[in-house]
Amino acid sequence: MPNDNLLIIEGLKKYFQIGKGFLGRKADTVKAVDGVDLTVRKGETLGLVGESGCGKSTLGNCILRLEEPTAGSVFFENRNVLALDDKSMRKLRRNMQIIFQDPYSSLNPRKTVGQIIGEAFRIHGLLTPEQRRERIRELLSVVGLMPEHIHRYAHEFSGGQRQRICISRALALNPKLIIADEPVSALDVSVQAQILNLLVRLQNKFDLTYIFISHDLSVVRHISDRIAVMYLGKIVELAPFQELYRRPLHPYTESLLAAVPLANPLIRRKRVPLTGDVPSPINPPANCRFHPRCSYRNRICSREIPTLDEIESGHHVACFFPRNGG
Amino acid sequence: MGLIMVNPLLRIEGLHTYFSTEDGIVKAVNGLDLTLAEGETLGLVGESGCGKSVTALSIMRLVQQPAGRIVRGRIFFEDNDLAGLTDEEMRHIRGNRISMIFQEPMTSLNPVFKIGNQIAETYQLHQGIRHREALQRSVKILAKVGIPDPAKRINEYPHQMSGGMRQRVMIAMALACNPDVIIADEPTTALDVTIQSQILDLMNQLKLDFGASILLITHDLGVVAEMAQRVAVMYAGKIVEQARVADLFAEPKHPYTLGLMASIPKLDEPVPPDRILQTIPGVVPNLRNLPPGCAFQDRCIRGFERCFKEDPLIVNLGSDHQVRCWLYAE
Repeated sequence: MPNDNLLIIEGLKKYFQIGKGFLGRKADTVKAVDGVDLTVRKGETLGLVGESGCGKSTLGNCILRLEEPTAGSVFFENRNVLALDDKSMRKLRRNMQIIFQDPYSSLNPRKTVGQIIGEAFRIHGLLTPEQRRERIRELLSVVGLMPEHIHRYAHEFSGGQRQRICISRALALNPKLIIADEPVSALDVSVQAQILNLLVRLQNKFDLTYIFISHDLSVVRHISDRIAVMYLGKIVELAPFQELYRRPLHPYTESLLAAVPLANPLIRRKRVPLTGDVPSPINPPANCRFHPRCSYRNRICSREIPTLDEIESGHHVACFFPRNGG
Repeated sequence: MGLIMVNPLLRIEGLHTYFSTEDGIVKAVNGLDLTLAEGETLGLVGESGCGKSVTALSIMRLVQQPAGRIVRGRIFFEDNDLAGLTDEEMRHIRGNRISMIFQEPMTSLNPVFKIGNQIAETYQLHQGIRHREALQRSVKILAKVGIPDPAKRINEYPHQMSGGMRQRVMIAMALACNPDVIIADEPTTALDVTIQSQILDLMNQLKLDFGASILLITHDLGVVAEMAQRVAVMYAGKIVEQARVADLFAEPKHPYTLGLMASIPKLDEPVPPDRILQTIPGVVPNLRNLPPGCAFQDRCIRGFERCFKEDPLIVNLGSDHQVRCWLYAE
């Protein structure tokens, strides 16, 4: 049912030119996102995992057009986001918000909490000053802060409280979609749990759809309905959360999961050794980008590009030799 | 208590390290007792600001003076009180007998010197050998920590290496003089999970080869479970619980340890249907203005009258398991 899809991403690419062509030398291209197809359903949390440099944040930024994609399309409620002019885009942004990783650098230190959250209403010309203050107070209590915090500055808050301010700012215009880019990575364990719980409760209360970007596989599993694994600009596996962890089909997902240290000294797992570093996205390995590090590779992996195919119901993988007899 | 406990390699007694700031005195480490036995890996766990890094700096005598200072307590290394050593004597221990691996290899390596020269410096300082021989040893130690083509890599600068490679260089530097104790402060926190697993495997392998004891400082209970034999949980400048790893994870006793364990999503357990985690309410106390009694009092769900009045004493729960909590006192 197409109506269940809030966001449809097709063939999205984002290339960055680096080291400007100098004296006829060719500039290098970083293929940060290189052909991503992804659908986000209304009301779900889609987890996006991968290691640094895999392109997960760039993908999030491209959806909101905080960075202009090089190619591809993004449909939000069946409207092509990339075709909108500035004015229509601004209007659409009410429906799509983002929460960043670092609550220290994403709040203006010279503005009060009220000004930070109220900015959304100012930009979109909504509500009277009176109504704005009322709404800001309400938003603050929704995220577990006090209405009287409205006059304080960001530095007066702890990391967890700052992230709550960022969340209330994201909620201000009643968005449908929130992209949360590593929202708990900078927080301590006990605070992380408080913020995760808050995100879950807000989702239930306001029927939000989340794209949850993180490098932390335990956190992503905890919060997501479906999870997409990214490697060097491409999605290599996409599955419902239990499926991905119970039966990872891509060798990279398998290694990634096995690399997470478990808080249980009784479990000793077989590690799937993953040697070497992630290759540079400037000159990624041809065809299957994972093949140089893959223990199951075969000749075809360096000769052809594996496509992301649904090989079981809801379980997609881009690999010629999926694991677990997939 | 086992035999190894009789003569620990490193013994910290009643350590208090304070920092004076404009807003008052920060009691970063506030009465810490800890021992590290020969050949063991001890995990020191806690959240930001609990004093775990200051503990490491105190051992190394690297606390930033004059703001920070060890006010009380003693640190014995092989029965010598480190506080009583002259700067010269301490220099002989630091980097030689006790070395350190920091979290961020990019900021702990000097960006303007080649990798080889930075490692060679350690040998030249502590073993008084010539530069050429020191460089040869650097190549050898880089090979030991799994850096491919080490004879070439010694001529590279830190920025030419990846994060994982830089951390290997840090480890090589820490191992250079075959130290008795390695203090690793969040050694894998800045790394991706697959690189983290490579570095953790490497540390375990090298520990077997070199026979050093490791004080592993981390916020990650998973890392502790995989690496350590014993674990100490720190809160507001004190150790609140200490046990063998298997015991601590099987039967955590301190309400803070319990809360910490409940608040992390676990890969080896089912996801709760409502997706809600148990949390520790509130935030860490202000270390400038600690309340009387237990520092965890206002976040504790099992606190009672005594917790607000008296600082809890250490209770022995047998078999090397200690907890600092009134719930377990007679």
